[in-house]
Amino acid sequence: MSVPVLEITNLHKRFGDVEVLKGIDLTMQRGDVVSLIGSSGSGKTTLLRCVNLLEDYEEGIVAVAGEQIGYRQQNGRRVRLREREIARQRAMTGMTFQHFNLFPHMSAIRNVMLGLVRTRKMPKDEAYATAETWLDRVGMKDRKDHFPGQLSGGQQQRVAIARAIAMNPELMLFDEVTSALDPELVSEVLAVVKGLAADGMTMLLVTHEMQFAHDVSDRVVFMQDGRIGEEGPPDTLFHNPKSERLAAFLKSSKF
Amino acid sequence: MEIAQALEVIWAARWALLAGLGNTILISVLSILMGTALGLVVGLILTYGNPVLRFVVRLYSDFLRGTPVFVLILACFYILSVVDIQLSAYEAGIFALTLFCSSHVGEIVLGALKAIPKGQTEAAKSVGLTFFGTFFSVLLPQALRMILPTWVTTATEIVKASTLLSVIGVVELLLGVQQVIARTFLSLELYFFAGFVFFLLNFAIEKAGRFVERKVAIPS
Amino acid sequence: MDYDFNFAAVWRNFDLLLSGLGLGLVLALVSIAIGCVIGLFTAFGMLSKHRLLRWAAHGYVSAIRNTPILVLILFTFFALPQLGLRLGKIESFIVTLAVYSGAYLTEVFRSGLVALPPGLREAGLTIGLTELGTKVRITIPIMFRNVLPALGNNFISLFKDTSLAAAIAVPELTFHARKINVETFRVIETWLVASLMYVFACAIIAALLRRVERHLAIPG
Ligand SMILES: Nc1ncnc2c1ncn2[C@@H]1O[C@H](COP(=O)(O)OP(=O)(O)OP(=O)(O)O)[C@@H](O)[C@H]1O
Ligand SMILES: [Mg+2]
Repeated sequence: MSVPVLEITNLHKRFGDVEVLKGIDLTMQRGDVVSLIGSSGSGKTTLLRCVNLLEDYEEGIVAVAGEQIGYRQQNGRRVRLREREIARQRAMTGMTFQHFNLFPHMSAIRNVMLGLVRTRKMPKDEAYATAETWLDRVGMKDRKDHFPGQLSGGQQQRVAIARAIAMNPELMLFDEVTSALDPELVSEVLAVVKGLAADGMTMLLVTHEMQFAHDVSDRVVFMQDGRIGEEGPPDTLFHNPKSERLAAFLKSSKF
Repeated sequence: MEIAQALEVIWAARWALLAGLGNTILISVLSILMGTALGLVVGLILTYGNPVLRFVVRLYSDFLRGTPVFVLILACFYILSVVDIQLSAYEAGIFALTLFCSSHVGEIVLGALKAIPKGQTEAAKSVGLTFFGTFFSVLLPQALRMILPTWVTTATEIVKASTLLSVIGVVELLLGVQQVIARTFLSLELYFFAGFVFFLLNFAIEKAGRFVERKVAIPS
Repeated sequence: MDYDFNFAAVWRNFDLLLSGLGLGLVLALVSIAIGCVIGLFTAFGMLSKHRLLRWAAHGYVSAIRNTPILVLILFTFFALPQLGLRLGKIESFIVTLAVYSGAYLTEVFRSGLVALPPGLREAGLTIGLTELGTKVRITIPIMFRNVLPALGNNFISLFKDTSLAAAIAVPELTFHARKINVETFRVIETWLVASLMYVFACAIIAALLRRVERHLAIPG
């Protein structure tokens, strides 16, 4: 069996005295689509951010494509990698944010090009062509010269997805891609994500859209107080929850 | 008619007055440029510096901003000469204005960088940008746009403060005018003239600032 | 640099410095009080229906803000007597500073008034107050509280500007510092102490203002 795209072992994360992740184990193979569900504050966002090292973690190992993210072992101690190394590792995963976080001073296509030119050292014209292809893919090619302030929320999120995926990451991380959107804009973004899943992209996504999680995922992970409460194929998890907590959560999410 | 007389006097003294205006502009430009460069460093340290460095620079900035710029100019003028730094009044004045400008620009830069949402840095990191890449491609271009209006105001403050160098004997426009007054006693007309020239200068700076602001505005 | 510090001469004259500081504070207080009245009228002028009033208000603010304060001080003191308006040093300085601060306060009050919800005025009118009564009892008091921080900042910079009174020999802090400097040659000590006095005075004023703000804040 090949190296897992993502392998998390015994991950612990603290904010001050509060332990937010209390030992997470999760493995994803190439092409896996995994949804993280769970109530607010259960640690879903934090888990994603640890994979991208937007948060440091205190204990355990996060490995992407077999490479430990953020740290190396030296004489039995963990040493944080250098800034440049970490930057390279971050580019191995693509991330989208709840609030898009597009660069407001750059047009859509320049948003997508930035990482290609700066991190991947792609020549400008090649970066332009790549960015254009991906913008086309998310249905934003005709708006490529618009600035974020000139786009709707759904359009911004699609550009943000293009920005992340144009980097050709091993793994895509989606944090509640639709939660900041008006209801009528949700479907256009979810359609893009579904399309990417169908293409075989490896994806770890946090979502409150249960139907979507059900349709798109190979596996669903229910997080509960910083631990994985339950994990399995969507049908099993959604229709035969083992724990009371999950059953209650699903009920409150009106699934 | 006194106005006609005043205009004649001004015309007669035109080269001296133009030289004064030239000095005013040169002093202002040099102080603003050097003060802005130093101010960027001050702002960067206040934003990203380690605690010790930040504390030192915070003291520097608070001290300079708490001291009237006139006192700063006098202090630089008198002090530099007793510590064996041979600077002319002209240079000492520019030095003082540079310090003054740097502390104000530093605070503006700090404010702008802090006002950029954290998500911007995170998004830049997530596409693999290093600290420098993030700073130059993402943070600085946004910060500069935010800074521009206040920076232009600071520039006009420096132009106005440059008149204080007249007190330490630098012949900028105001002292140039005062020298003409000393010969002709037309203080009403000539002080008015001086005020008017400064008004035009600052008005032009403000208009130019607005123009650049519109040019670099992000479409939305 | 070998400079032997000796603060004795400065401490000997410390009461002079202190009295100068006190005079500066009084000058700033009186000026800002008059400035508030001017600013309030001009702010309403700016928002008036009459084009001429708006024009005059804008002209005043723009002229003052773009002219160096030193030119204004010298103009009032040396040039106005030509028009038969002869004022003592202190009166002349207060007039200048009041007119000067009036222009800055106009902006403060204008934005404060604009920021008020329009419903306030309407509510005042519906309970039977006149337009003037509504202004005096409702709009202005609320606006004042809202702009208190900006007013405080203006006061602090006005206080620092009192250092310029030294230019027409008003015996405030900077004037005394210069005198002590020239008489004792304790250059560094003098200016260090004088600057620190300004810095601490500003810090104390700022702290006091914050307390006043909290005290006057509308609960909720
Ligand atoms: N920067 C931080 N500092 C301190 N505590 C934090 C920080 N970020 C998150 N937390 C805490 O960590 C816990 C997990 O937060 P997290 O954002 O991962 O939850 P989540 O599952 O994504 O919730 P939601 O569904 O509301 O997005 C919460 O209790 C939160 O308050
Ligand atoms: Mg979250």
